[in-house]
Amino acid sequence: MPLIRDGKIVEDSWVLLDDEAELPAKGDVILSLNRLKKDADTIQTRGGRTGVILENDVDEEDLAAYLPQIDLVALTFPAFTDGRAYSQARQLRTKLGFKGELRATGNVLADQATFLCRVGFDSFEVDNGQSIDVWNKALRSMSVAYQRGYDGEQATRDSNPSSQGKAQPTLA
Amino acid sequence: MYRYDEFDATFVSERVVQFRDQVERRVKGELSEEQFRPLRLMNGLYLQLHAYMLRVAVPYGTLNSRQMHKLAFIADKFDRGYGHFTTRQNIQYNWPKLPDVPAILDNLAEVEMHAIQTSGNCIRNVTADQWSGVAADEVEDPRPYAELMRQWSSLHPEFSFLPRKFKIAVTGDEADRAVIAYHDIGLRLKKNSAGDIGFEIFVGGGMGRTPMIAARVREWLPKSELLGYLEAVMRVYNLNGRRDNKYKARIKILVHELGAEEFTRQVEEEYARLDVPQGLPSDQELERIAAYFAPPAYEDLAENDADHTQHLVDNKEFAEWVERNVAPHKVTGYAIVNISLKPVGGVPGDATSGQMRAIADLAQKMSLDEIRVTHEQNLVLPNVRKHDLFAVWQELKEHKLADANLGLATDIISCPGLDYCGLATARSIPISQDISNRLGDIKRQRDIGDLKIKISGCINACGHHHAGHIGILGLEKRGVEYYQITLGGSGDENAAVGQIIGPGFSSETVTDAVETIVDTYVDLRQNGETFLEAYRRVGAEPFKEAVYATH
Repeated sequence: MPLIRDGKIVEDSWVLLDDEAELPAKGDVILSLNRLKKDADTIQTRGGRTGVILENDVDEEDLAAYLPQIDLVALTFPAFTDGRAYSQARQLRTKLGFKGELRATGNVLADQATFLCRVGFDSFEVDNGQSIDVWNKALRSMSVAYQRGYDGEQATRDSNPSSQGKAQPTLA
Repeated sequence: MYRYDEFDATFVSERVVQFRDQVERRVKGELSEEQFRPLRLMNGLYLQLHAYMLRVAVPYGTLNSRQMHKLAFIADKFDRGYGHFTTRQNIQYNWPKLPDVPAILDNLAEVEMHAIQTSGNCIRNVTADQWSGVAADEVEDPRPYAELMRQWSSLHPEFSFLPRKFKIAVTGDEADRAVIAYHDIGLRLKKNSAGDIGFEIFVGGGMGRTPMIAARVREWLPKSELLGYLEAVMRVYNLNGRRDNKYKARIKILVHELGAEEFTRQVEEEYARLDVPQGLPSDQELERIAAYFAPPAYEDLAENDADHTQHLVDNKEFAEWVERNVAPHKVTGYAIVNISLKPVGGVPGDATSGQMRAIADLAQKMSLDEIRVTHEQNLVLPNVRKHDLFAVWQELKEHKLADANLGLATDIISCPGLDYCGLATARSIPISQDISNRLGDIKRQRDIGDLKIKISGCINACGHHHAGHIGILGLEKRGVEYYQITLGGSGDENAAVGQIIGPGFSSETVTDAVETIVDTYVDLRQNGETFLEAYRRVGAEPFKEAVYATH
């Protein structure tokens, strides 16, 4: 599945490791939460970065103790209409202060790109047949947003000086 | 009322461009119907039985004359010359063509309107008391907060793919005209013991197949913290609401399964953890919004107007209309005019383009350019000088808009039902027309007094039947429609869920049953008690006996 980061299709250095597979000595691996818990000590001694994939019904607090060792969290979208991972992403970024790569995996649409970016996702493993052009067009489709305190490129009213302190518009 | 600045205008016009692109990709086959569905729903576009239906947002039910003229224009140019006002204070067009929808949205954007989030599993258009800002006994005008919530909920990055739809209603009055108890979140502005105004917050009300009255989760929240608290509620719901069964996905089920106490604990825990100020608008921004809702330029008038008083004496029909349809205004010399969209035998909530234009012109000339839509599918001219009431009435009469039946038996809420809706199991409009014709004699209606009849054409309860004093639910068994009757429901500050009285009725006999119930009430009422008061005193038994003895 193609991986999108910074508006481009990029090589994916990460490998999703099966729970039964042996932990490689090197390379970037994504583990399940159970595997991460099981091998937490070993991970620290191997070469290569560690990521974790979280199902969307897992409380992100379960990950808190391990976060310092983690460079990537992948969140799952079993259906593009299932929006739990938006809140998980938000919690990871704000409540747990996670600064690493936050990856959306599974069924996401280009049309959801702005939502995903604003809650803190920065890479997207997309599987929907939509081209990178459609993705990038969608990302640029909204230049403004109303919600404050969410990341993303859009100007919010309070962050946009041009819309502050404006004279009262006259009635038409 | 609120006016778009450059920021809002950019938001809405970019949204139209985005949707135009989505429609084109759908037409070209680049988006499947499954992928397109949630996208079009978030722009208010349904696929109904016969055609697409576009639901246009009327934020907190407030319109100006220019907007109403535009709605009339759209009805003529893109539809069949009429529109349908809904229980969510919106307007629906039943016959738009998909390729025309972006053009309709362009037209709406010209008058600062849109169809964003009038459907889909997201935070829907926020509704409010239709008398906000003008009701005589209001604590505070809730519209600035409704507008704040409109902005906050529009394309929310975290809460746009919820387990199910999400409806918020707000009132600034103890008398609840916004049905807050039946909403996912109901908000009431009230004073605390220190005299400060804040929000009382209710969560988990709803209709549908599992009707529930909302639980109070916060007795009082400082007004300025509203968005922070809503964020906490939404997050608990988004993460924990059920997604395995669409009939159990509303927040009411989560509140019910956790228990109100545990749900409240989780919300409060999340709220305590939040960096609340980060998500709140600045004071400057709150003031900017509130300034739009400053009272309009009211004249300094006397309490009574001699001409008006004379008309009341001279014209009984006018006097009766004033008695039913005109309400006290907070400003001396003014009145609130309620326009019934329930002509006897008509389609509840429908207005022709000609009627819309007439109302727009009246609003401009005689209501300080304001119109409101009510959840009971009527319209309001909120700022009429008492002196002008007679002229307004005459003009309304000219356009068949002067029915003096507000709150009476023929002021029926009805969903579109099987005549339009893809979800319906039975017709509802013809039943409401039949009942309206049967009880339509105005003398009889006035004698019956306050009575709310509400009809839904399926279990989803868009016609609010659970909250009807007499509720009617249309169902279907082996290809035959039948109608269940509930009694004792209410959507006001003493909200209650109506109780089923027994076996259902056929489409031929349901009107007889309703009439029997009404006649039974007339026979047993005491000391001028209303239908609902009488029901609460005697219970369902006398009604059941009468109905099932004769049918």
